[in-house]
Amino acid sequence: MKPFVKHTGIAAPLLRRNIDTDAIIPSREMKRVSKRGLGEGLFAGWRYTLPGSREINPAFVLNQPEYQGASVILALDNFGCGSSREHAVWALAEYGIRAVIASGFGAIFHTNCIRNGVLPVRLDEGDIALLAEHVQQDPQENRITIDLQACLVQCGDLQWSFSLDESARYLLLNGLDSIALTLQQHKEINAFEQKRREEYRWAYAPLEESVEGVLP
Amino acid sequence: MAISGASTLFDKLWSDHTVCDLDSGETLIYLDRVFLHERTGSIALQSLHSAGYAVRDARRVFCTMDHIVDTFPGRGDKTLMPSGTDFIVATRSETRAANIRLFDVDDEDQGIVHVISPEQGLVLPGLSLVCPDSHTCSLGGIGALAWGIGSSEAEHALATGTLRVRKPKNMRVVVDGRLRPGVTAKDLILHLIARFGTNGGAGFAVEFSGSVISQLSAEARLTLCNMAVEFSAFTAIIAPDEKVESYFAARDFAPKGQHWEDACSYWRTLRSDDNAEFDRELIIDGSAIEPMVTWGTSPEQVVGLHQRVPDPAAFTEPHRREAAQRALDYQALEPGQAIADIAVNAAFIGSCTNSRISDLRAAAAVVRGRHIAPGVRGVVVPGSRRVKRQAEQEGLDRIFTDAGFEWRDSGCSMCFYAGGETFGEYQRVISSTNRNFEGRQGPNTRTHLASPSTVAASAVAGYITSAETLVNSESLIA
Repeated sequence: MKPFVKHTGIAAPLLRRNIDTDAIIPSREMKRVSKRGLGEGLFAGWRYTLPGSREINPAFVLNQPEYQGASVILALDNFGCGSSREHAVWALAEYGIRAVIASGFGAIFHTNCIRNGVLPVRLDEGDIALLAEHVQQDPQENRITIDLQACLVQCGDLQWSFSLDESARYLLLNGLDSIALTLQQHKEINAFEQKRREEYRWAYAPLEESVEGVLP
Repeated sequence: MAISGASTLFDKLWSDHTVCDLDSGETLIYLDRVFLHERTGSIALQSLHSAGYAVRDARRVFCTMDHIVDTFPGRGDKTLMPSGTDFIVATRSETRAANIRLFDVDDEDQGIVHVISPEQGLVLPGLSLVCPDSHTCSLGGIGALAWGIGSSEAEHALATGTLRVRKPKNMRVVVDGRLRPGVTAKDLILHLIARFGTNGGAGFAVEFSGSVISQLSAEARLTLCNMAVEFSAFTAIIAPDEKVESYFAARDFAPKGQHWEDACSYWRTLRSDDNAEFDRELIIDGSAIEPMVTWGTSPEQVVGLHQRVPDPAAFTEPHRREAAQRALDYQALEPGQAIADIAVNAAFIGSCTNSRISDLRAAAAVVRGRHIAPGVRGVVVPGSRRVKRQAEQEGLDRIFTDAGFEWRDSGCSMCFYAGGETFGEYQRVISSTNRNFEGRQGPNTRTHLASPSTVAASAVAGYITSAETLVNSESLIA
């Protein structure tokens, strides 16, 4: 996973609440059994004029010349709500989005971001509105800097601090895979499992007893 | 946990599954079951495989084909969704390689993951379960610790048998009184979201309790908790009771003999202690709830069936006003229009929210002896092959087909649009599903969420209407 330490980029305001993962990537754009090839489907319903087409909708923020090369999204509450599809984050990452600044996130989407090196930054709605206003004056010039080490968002003279779970911050800063991290706890997991299987025999016995009939 | 030592139900399940607390502030939570499906599970398995990790314990992992399989009778691996077959084939080969039990396209026990997991006793009260599907919180309805995850988390769950999770706060939603005839669990969850917003449950594990909840059947509780994710809750949970015990008594994978006795005595401890403290409590008067239907493109854009489409100008917050205007434009509705005047082109009964036998019975009770309105397309998709067989034994399929509905094979079907089948652009669908997002059921398709009996009644009338207008309200099945 690509580490996230400090990033400066163009921010695209998409100031809506409840931007769901169906909007971030419609189901019809998840064409392959793969985490790749999804960037083109990002916001497909809004980015293109017709469903399934690739004809650019000039009204959509990411298609406007001043937002070319955007790597940060600004949104309001509950960004990434809805379906758990991780394709939403894979599409954002492939398009080149490194961070999303919103006043709230769908919980599964938030975790999906951390697992894929995309930084979710929570700021108050008023602060985001102010930030967006500043960016909109000249998006290419008024770039945003997000420093994960200092937990700061900066844009010109404006500056906000944000917080992120220490564990999420650690994984992002170091580009770490959480499986490897957890497997360091294998002794605790084994011991817990053994104890649980004895204490809650009823929960596992039906699976074990039927194992021969069940497995192919 | 409260200083008094009193615990909530969620605290108890959390503590029973805690392997250890991590320095990061997360907890390593043990998983009793992992469920997968062909849409996202295929990628998780493939990615795990190529990263060189093995599935830790395949006996606790199950997989089904539900999201993109066709629901036309006689279906095979081919689906209307372009490249859909690739997902099916990959899932089959990956589950076989990992020795995971698969409910394949033609399996007699196949069905939607959140329908088949309780139906076969693969999930039980007190167990933890995750699935790369946001509606996994449904299983909280029978007292399981269950929540939806992404594909990377699914890989973690498969490889380690655990997840790293930060503990959410506790919320209790007390629903007192008594639901009026014709008002269902679906109306209750839509009412809750209407009052407290789609982010009302953010950061919380929600326990539902109160007299209305005790009155709900085990299946209705699954419907209620299903849409907890639409409330932004981490999950929802309901203390298991005698109803839940008898629901599981004869399920294939439920414990037997002494194991059953042990399970039941554990389940009886699964309730919040009397003086347990909740971080937030919401009180709902169940008697005041009416049948609900969404008018917009978010589940919080919802009103009672007898009300009117709101005027965006009535929303004080600018972003809500803009969202309402945008929703009305998408849905092609006018402020002040009576909900009961909205004509529909199609009616859909299905999805993990409302496709169980009780849902089909409720809808059939409304359409029995009637016919859907001219020009309306009606589709019924049972949630599982078992639900389908049961319905056919009861003659429900005949009631639906005589009324002009299509009777399908089980799967998620047109709950969402995966590039295959849809009701069509600018078509208005009354739907028993969980999401009314823009484009959810097809590009520019307009969705109105409602209970199965409201969907059935609206199909018959040709416009949005409550089941009470067609049948004596006392005969409606809650």
